[in-house]
Amino acid sequence: MQDGKLNGPHPADDLPALAVERVSHSYGQRKALNDVSFTVPQGSFTALLGPNGAGKSTLFSLITRLFNVRHGAIRILGFDLSKDPGEALRRLGVVFQARTLDLDLSISQNLIYHAALHGLPASAAKTRIGEILATSELRSRLKEKARNLSGGQLRSIEIVRAFMHRPRLILLDEPTVGLDVRSRAAILSEVRRLVHEEGVSVLWATHLIDEIDAGDRVVVLHQGEVLAEGFVPDIVAAQGARSIGDAFTRLTGVRAKAAQPEGVA
Amino acid sequence: MSEATIQTATPVRRGFPLSAYLVCSGGIAWREALRFIHQRERFVSALVRPLLWLFIFAAGFRQVLGVSIIPPYQTYVLYEVYIAPGLIGMILLFNGMQSSLSMVYDRETGTMKTLLVSPLPRWFLLVSKLCAGVAVGVVQVYVFLAIAWFWEVRPDWQGYLYALPAILLAGLMLGALGMLLSSLVQQLENFAGVMNFVIFPMYFASSALYPLWRVQESSPLLYRICQVNPFTHAVELVRFALYRELNLQALAIVLGCTVVFLGGAIIAYDPARGLISRKRQ
Repeated sequence: MQDGKLNGPHPADDLPALAVERVSHSYGQRKALNDVSFTVPQGSFTALLGPNGAGKSTLFSLITRLFNVRHGAIRILGFDLSKDPGEALRRLGVVFQARTLDLDLSISQNLIYHAALHGLPASAAKTRIGEILATSELRSRLKEKARNLSGGQLRSIEIVRAFMHRPRLILLDEPTVGLDVRSRAAILSEVRRLVHEEGVSVLWATHLIDEIDAGDRVVVLHQGEVLAEGFVPDIVAAQGARSIGDAFTRLTGVRAKAAQPEGVA
Repeated sequence: MSEATIQTATPVRRGFPLSAYLVCSGGIAWREALRFIHQRERFVSALVRPLLWLFIFAAGFRQVLGVSIIPPYQTYVLYEVYIAPGLIGMILLFNGMQSSLSMVYDRETGTMKTLLVSPLPRWFLLVSKLCAGVAVGVVQVYVFLAIAWFWEVRPDWQGYLYALPAILLAGLMLGALGMLLSSLVQQLENFAGVMNFVIFPMYFASSALYPLWRVQESSPLLYRICQVNPFTHAVELVRFALYRELNLQALAIVLGCTVVFLGGAIIAYDPARGLISRKRQ
């Protein structure tokens, strides 16, 4: 299945890595997402910015097909998730907000298991682990049980795992939640490095304004609705704001949060 | 808020080669085996439970409970011999529930999401997980039979081979039932209750411990319940197979129940139709 190239043929350039089209979702009477539409262009780092309860995790559950898309459509590299889930999911890597590693297995066993779920044999998985962790100190700890790792290290392994099958689009749902400032910075930097090296597209869900760089694309989600979409300078200019944090506050009425007082945005 | 994107270009489908399915299925079985090895106490307790019944319960009841000559037996048999297929069923029943318990645990800890976002069809993932769990149960059954040989439970050697497909099928049916239950249960705490309401009634209201004609003598109602209990037919399928006989009625019922339970589990785990998507993960 894997031949060392990116997973799946290179699609036409005009296909976005992710297209969310008029998606709505409800839990009983409560509407979690209301007519949500946005795109993640190929090769972009797009931040899905919204406060807690905005609907980010619901949206991720829909994009990963844990929930069914009942209203609207979601396409990954052009493949409709409802009609062609296999082709769509094979191009997708995910880091969920909650930890999803099996703590009783070693790091390498976790990674090999994940690779197998994508049809990648153990020998190819080991080669891939070597590639991704070539410069990481975690390489020497592959045989350790996952439960022996710190929160930041577990998160790093989950990010490595998301890249194992060479996806074209990576989803990260608040991957720095629960981590200290140093680990947050390390994780963000690691993802940006891998994105650059692997040439994949990223949708990074966060409620922290300082995880956004000036050159990123941003989708502002609030109370289940998309309030703005575009590059940081465009959103800032459209709101007549001084920063993306200020623009976020103007859009949502919610004060922007930052992990570090000296937030970059 | 961007306008909805209309896709014009047609992406190229690649499909999945057979090797991808084999690797995936092998990976799921490998993880089950690793978990099984890491949980040695699970293996020991799975063996101790039926062995206690064999050594203590059966020894006590052999003088009280006579077993007349009923098919597939050609002669009077010891009570230990009679309950051995029931104890095999007990191993498979507990194993099936244990596997489903681990699915609930996986769902609570989030590791289930790793499985469910695999690009391979969800029915295939669930069937692979089911088969991996059944393989563990079959190993337990044959270790039990090896020990039971010393307690005069000695079908001829061909019986051990004939019983294998029956044990596999019974394991699949009970594993599929467990999987269906796991899709309905959201929390581990609730699962303990389900175990009590499923395992004990299924086990005691069956032919595992007593021949059905004896049950009929004491309670016609319980006899009817035993007759509609699929566990009864799983036990009878194994009982006949151990003596190189095929109980067609039991085979049909076990096959039918396997299809129904597995179909139900696949539907329940399907985000398009199932119950999972209606609950918050």
